[in-house]
Amino acid sequence: MKLPTLREVATEARLLLIGIPVFLWTMIPIYHMFLFAISPKEDAFSGKLWPDHPTLHNFSIVFNQQHYFLRDFYVQFWNSTLIAAAVGVLTLFIATAAAFSISRLRVPGGRVVMNLALFTYFIPAAFLAVPMYRTMGNYGLLNNHWSLILAMVTIASPYAIWVLKQASDKLPVELDEAAVMDGATTLQIFRLVYLPLMMPSLVAIGTYAVLLAWNEYLYAFLLLSNDREITLPVALGNFLAADDSPWELLMTTGFIYALPPAAIYYAFRRYMVGGLTAGAVKS
Amino acid sequence: MAITLSGDQTIPSAPLSSRLTPAQVWGIVLLAPYLLVFLAFVVYPVGYGLWLARAPENYVALYNDPIFARAAVNTLIFLVIGINIKMLIALFLSGFFAQQRTWIKWLSVIFILPWAVPSIPTILSVRFMLNPEWGMVNHFIFTLTGDDGPNWLNDPTVALTMAIAVHIWKSLPFWTLILITGRLAISHDLFEAAEVDGASWWQKFRYITWPSMQTLYVTCTLLSMIWTLGDFNSVYLLTGGGPADLTHVLSTLGIRYLRLDQLSLAMASIVCAMPFVLPLVYFMMKRLSR
Repeated sequence: MKLPTLREVATEARLLLIGIPVFLWTMIPIYHMFLFAISPKEDAFSGKLWPDHPTLHNFSIVFNQQHYFLRDFYVQFWNSTLIAAAVGVLTLFIATAAAFSISRLRVPGGRVVMNLALFTYFIPAAFLAVPMYRTMGNYGLLNNHWSLILAMVTIASPYAIWVLKQASDKLPVELDEAAVMDGATTLQIFRLVYLPLMMPSLVAIGTYAVLLAWNEYLYAFLLLSNDREITLPVALGNFLAADDSPWELLMTTGFIYALPPAAIYYAFRRYMVGGLTAGAVKS
Repeated sequence: MAITLSGDQTIPSAPLSSRLTPAQVWGIVLLAPYLLVFLAFVVYPVGYGLWLARAPENYVALYNDPIFARAAVNTLIFLVIGINIKMLIALFLSGFFAQQRTWIKWLSVIFILPWAVPSIPTILSVRFMLNPEWGMVNHFIFTLTGDDGPNWLNDPTVALTMAIAVHIWKSLPFWTLILITGRLAISHDLFEAAEVDGASWWQKFRYITWPSMQTLYVTCTLLSMIWTLGDFNSVYLLTGGGPADLTHVLSTLGIRYLRLDQLSLAMASIVCAMPFVLPLVYFMMKRLSR
């Protein structure tokens, strides 16, 4: 083994001088949430970096719904799951069909639809929320899970179509031509040639749509209000309504709520980083 | 197109589709779901909203509302100062994370976390950390100096700064990741040649890295501005627009009017943001649909 030179040590030290603050900056809010989750109520407010008596008691309160704010915890968890899954499936269906149509079938007007979708992608979501809230009222969908599902599909689809169209354009035309020569119908090409080749992008887009819906706060809080209809983030926001909010339970529930997206993200990281960042900005 | 040339597929089947090939008919059918979503949840709401905001009185009312003026200024501060600080840090960190070290690879996996976890629990966590009596930050300041720390969210300037910090915390990983992709695309030969010539760190950045990344950097900055205009969570979850409605930005202000049942004002405040948004959108669409 050769000893590092002085210059290498200096470089390493400089990198650490950046790396340590970056690590602290990233982790402190997340660690703080975790610290509250494992602290008894008294310890949480004492400013200690590690509780004297770490405990899983808060988790047991949440899972046994032993607090006023947690009465509907499981229903709300289920609402979040159901809505995220529905948004994932619907977005995949709508976006894949549209991307296939625009990119492979070269449908007349496809380019116009692509541009309209891109335009929607650029409307800041909080701005669309105001008219969309009123529209959902006009449609009679307020406080119905469909309002949130359809709103999130509207927001997720443009980006999904755009990424999938980029990926579709990279597939060689010869594949479709060969399938047509073999007598395949359009639907057969879609099912047997197109979908299998698009799998990695479909996984990335499905994950994107599911995470978007799971994490959404603003639309969920505008469109749903009944305690048994709301999703977990709205329930977390409602914790703040009380004067003496049970912060340790809020953080525990928040921690539980943050675990699935983090797990999904890391499970599909390979697809996500490749599929999404490449699609996000074309330089 | 080859598809249209083959066999019996060119035979017109129904009068409606007589001028279209079956592939094109399928194309329209497959495009229809998105068109329906677009018409029902983009065109109709936006049109309806604009119609609600049409009366000039709305704009007079906005003009006379000091909270609106404050929100517009806050939005500009957020966009011009916040976004540029964020993108410069992202540019700097992309260089750091592009270094080949095992520990840096691990750090990059952790660094993504703010982007991967939902906003609400983490922003509320920061909100509690900044609590003047119970928060970790002031505990730390007290232990260190023996003095009470500031009341972080009670001063509008400090509170807005904290909201910008939260925004940076949340979205820095994403932009860093994109800029890393840009950096890794630069040919390594250029750097090797520069090193042979004895170029300094700054010269390498100035003459190789920056010219190759300039376009990407500008695109990212503009896109980040558009998205930041729609960032509701950073401000709403940290300050709720307070104290005294002085930290609102245009995206939280619209929702504030909505909650006060002043829908036309809510829409009008969004219409007022359009002169910022539309040029950015136009530019981005030109770049992306090339």
